[in-house]
Amino acid sequence: MNAKPRKQVHLAAHFPGVNNTTVWADPASKSQVDFASFEHLARTAERGLFDFFFLAEGLRLREHRGRIHDLDVVGRPDTLTVLNAVAAVTDRLGLAGTINSTYNEPFELAKQFASLDHLSGGRAAWNVVTSSDAFTGENFRRGGYLDHSDRYRRAAEVVEATKTLWDSWPADALVIDRERGVFAHEVPTTAVRSSQFDIEAPFVLPPSPQGHPVLLQAGDSDEGREFGAKAADAIFTVHGTLEAGQAFYADIKGRLAKYGRSHDELLVFPAATFVLGDTEAEAHERARHIRYQQVSPQTAIAFLEQVWGRDLSGYDPDGPLPDIEPDTTTEITRGRVRHAKDPLAVAKAWRAQAEAANLSIRELIIEVTTRQQFIGTPVQVAEQIDHYVQSDAADGFILVPHLTPAGLDEFVDRVVPELQERGSFRTAYTGTTLRDHLGLRHPHHPTVAEGARAS
Amino acid sequence: MSEGTLFLGIETAGTGTHPASWRRADSRAEDLFTAGYWTEVVARAEQLGADAIFLPDAFGLQDGGTAVTRGRLDAVAIAARVAPLTRRIGLIPQAPLTHTEPFHVSKAIAALDFASLGRAGWEVGVSATAQEAKAFGRKAVQDRTDLWHEADEAIEVVTRLWDSWEDGAEIRDVPTGRFIDRDRLHYIDFAGDHFSVKGPSITPRSPQGQPIVTVRADDAVAVDVAVRRADLVRISAPDLATAAAHRVSLRAALAAAGRDPDTVRVLLDLTVHLADSAERARAEVRELDQWLGQPIDDPGLTQVGTAGELDDLLDEIGGSAVADGVVLRPLALPATLAALTSRPERATGTLREQLGLPRPASRYAAATTQGAAL
Repeated sequence: MNAKPRKQVHLAAHFPGVNNTTVWADPASKSQVDFASFEHLARTAERGLFDFFFLAEGLRLREHRGRIHDLDVVGRPDTLTVLNAVAAVTDRLGLAGTINSTYNEPFELAKQFASLDHLSGGRAAWNVVTSSDAFTGENFRRGGYLDHSDRYRRAAEVVEATKTLWDSWPADALVIDRERGVFAHEVPTTAVRSSQFDIEAPFVLPPSPQGHPVLLQAGDSDEGREFGAKAADAIFTVHGTLEAGQAFYADIKGRLAKYGRSHDELLVFPAATFVLGDTEAEAHERARHIRYQQVSPQTAIAFLEQVWGRDLSGYDPDGPLPDIEPDTTTEITRGRVRHAKDPLAVAKAWRAQAEAANLSIRELIIEVTTRQQFIGTPVQVAEQIDHYVQSDAADGFILVPHLTPAGLDEFVDRVVPELQERGSFRTAYTGTTLRDHLGLRHPHHPTVAEGARAS
Repeated sequence: MSEGTLFLGIETAGTGTHPASWRRADSRAEDLFTAGYWTEVVARAEQLGADAIFLPDAFGLQDGGTAVTRGRLDAVAIAARVAPLTRRIGLIPQAPLTHTEPFHVSKAIAALDFASLGRAGWEVGVSATAQEAKAFGRKAVQDRTDLWHEADEAIEVVTRLWDSWEDGAEIRDVPTGRFIDRDRLHYIDFAGDHFSVKGPSITPRSPQGQPIVTVRADDAVAVDVAVRRADLVRISAPDLATAAAHRVSLRAALAAAGRDPDTVRVLLDLTVHLADSAERARAEVRELDQWLGQPIDDPGLTQVGTAGELDDLLDEIGGSAVADGVVLRPLALPATLAALTSRPERATGTLREQLGLPRPASRYAAATTQGAAL
């Protein structure tokens, strides 16, 4: 066992999102749109030597019972604009954002991500998502044109097209020979023809520092995993337990060989929340308090309504579950992923769980919506994270703080030193680009830079 | 903008608007695609007391083969990259919307407004070339009328989205569990000839409420859009008399459209090259043209000479009714930035404040109030 070298933990910081994981009803909760908040979290992540900072995206405000959902944090600025601004206040931190491939075209995506990569000195990453819902499409000129079954075809073709554009200028494209008067080599016209695209134009930027910005992916379906194994540099997951994480890890890494890729060319990043305390008991008490902040009485009812498909505002959140059955004919929440596949079965299971443990509506919702969490003292949390990584359940974690913008401070101050003490986390950045941090090779260079692998 | 002060913008186009400007020893062409170049250019412009930088953009590659500057970074990205490092200067990137979604443009400029604490503007761009159309492959080349009709609709969408969250919509009301007052968020329900957009924006109302909209009044169709939509109108003219006449007709058109002409600033393009002596400046421009193999085709007002001569010209424009400001277009950007005379540093504050324009209430807030009064 000792022959196996110690794996290095990778860490990413998720800016708190527009869902009920983010606690807003706390005096320490600050703006989710002011630049100062992005700057604070990014600087904290860089102080903690994190691999990258991550911004999610949603292009239509969520609705519940036909109205804009008003119980969670709502509103965020444009992802790419924020990442470019964050590049100005950080030096090494990777800058990752979700950008939808359905409502953007390859040429503008290639230009935008190459611009971010140039302007950040090689720190750009793109989480490729594809949406096919007409609900989001109502904000865009092409509407909900994409069939659900074509999502991964679209995503794959967008990625192929952007890579073709990124690669289109010749190597060492910029000449800048003042004597001979040659600024750059001739730029060829790039043609991309596929089921989704018909592009024929010269690209507008020389190759960026990373060649290709790092590609992230988050789909968990078989198709999503296959796309990740083929095209992504890192994949986000939600598999919470050690065993489920190991199964996912083995599955996704096992798919790499058929695309001619090695085990190290795709990193696995489960999302995780964390709660720290001076003692284990204190950490659990804090976690309990946070769960009650995350699931307000009104939020508990709204969650229940998602399953029941009907107005339950008359029910007492501190009382028992409704004895009426769900209305299976309606979908009352739009613009979010979560929805019960079989409301009658879910309702039955929840009733059984509530009755067995004597849980109120709010207590039950807290129980059933709790996700992956690291709870404990800084030493315990460092041990847990390291254990997941050394046991091949993950290569690292994307941490989701519950508070904007200071939710990561304590982790960086207290857990990072413990991980470093264990020899599992870098004590300095050894490279300059995000590819360096992740140990990924440049797409046009055969090997990883010396030292980058060790980071 | 204080009374009698000429608004001074600087167009920061690569190494300069002259396609051969990269060949100058001081061009910093090697750094053109790095943050270092852009942060230093904009910091210098701010230090000089300029009111705003204008960042041109397009999806087309520059014509001219291997001898000219080629390639362009995304203008909104550059503006965002410099925003946290500057405190006073307005940031006005061009964002084309012939092939882009107005929903994205709206939140990008709003985000720039947040990151710059209220210094964002947007220069409306259209993509007229076949090369740009084929870069997207979604539609054929459009004529000017159609391009600007589409732009007109897009500006309506963008500005409605900027208003779609009223100020103060975020309430964080713990007793009721509500983060926002959703009665203060509005569907924009735009349906036009080129697109329909539901709304609301995903981004709350930005510091300026409405970032500054800039339109180039290059021909009749663009003038029509500028008159109805723009806060800043950019014009080009071969001489001061023609510029003055252009401004008079724009102000008449603004009044005819029901807008107060004093709420719109007319900015005159001024191509410049500066050196220690007028003779040297002219020789340097000849050298640029020789490198290109031909003189550049610039029908607009051009000033080649010393910084002092430029100051005299700016005083003349400022003391007359020729324009409310100028946009300097340096043929060679670092050279002109090094030579320009500093002005008193402008005050901190929003671009809108600098222009003396009030921060408008959301159009939907007004509708709500009227509705309540009825």
